[in-house]
Amino acid sequence: MKVLYFAWVRERVGKAEEMVEPPAGVVTVADLMDWLAGRDEAYAHAFENRRSIRAAVDQAHVRPDTAIAGAREIAFFPPMTGG
Amino acid sequence: MMVRPKVRIQREPFDAAAEARALTAGRTDIGAVVTFTGICRGSDDGRAVAALTLEHYPGMAEAEIERHVAEAEARWALLGVTVVHRHGRLVPGDDIVLVVTASSHRGDAFAAAEFLMDWLKTKAPFWKKEEAGEGAGWVEAKADDDAAAARWAPPGDPAAGGA
Repeated sequence: MKVLYFAWVRERVGKAEEMVEPPAGVVTVADLMDWLAGRDEAYAHAFENRRSIRAAVDQAHVRPDTAIAGAREIAFFPPMTGG
Repeated sequence: MMVRPKVRIQREPFDAAAEARALTAGRTDIGAVVTFTGICRGSDDGRAVAALTLEHYPGMAEAEIERHVAEAEARWALLGVTVVHRHGRLVPGDDIVLVVTASSHRGDAFAAAEFLMDWLKTKAPFWKKEEAGEGAGWVEAKADDDAAAARWAPPGDPAAGGA
């Protein structure tokens, strides 16, 4: 699946998007954050405060307990500040 | 007759008056048009702001705004809606966002414009980075904006009384 990062999440991870293949135990959006955070220090820094990270699955806002099975695109970003 | 809403995300400036005229051209059923323009300020909480850079999530930005426009159409008797949101680097005085709502009477147009702006600020995937004197930093979400959006109850929430 494709994972996208925006704003300071993108800056901390060091890339805007990538393809990932998480292992079978990664079931929810929260699991995916845990798995990504365990990759290296940059990811750990990006995901250190989960409460300030929002997620979208296939371009719609979701809660962390949402299942990721079948998702094409998952995005992580800070709370929105548009308008 | 509600015409298909226009939602655009663009780097270029917009012309608020032209967008409002386009909504009403050739129509005699519209009695009220509300035009809201959000503008880049030269200061934030007393600090000087040199520029803002707006990052967005292409695809989702349009989709999310369209979902809120559909919610607004379900809740109020609208005859036309246009939303334009800019991205890229903007300096104080530049327009950022435009919401135009048209209705037979002012109440629905005012309410829908405010609803759309409140939801846009908290749910549309845009992020502002602020350039101030000493450097650049991401703008933090404001609790006031969450409270303003919460007044309307979440879209799709049965308590919203829409549809």
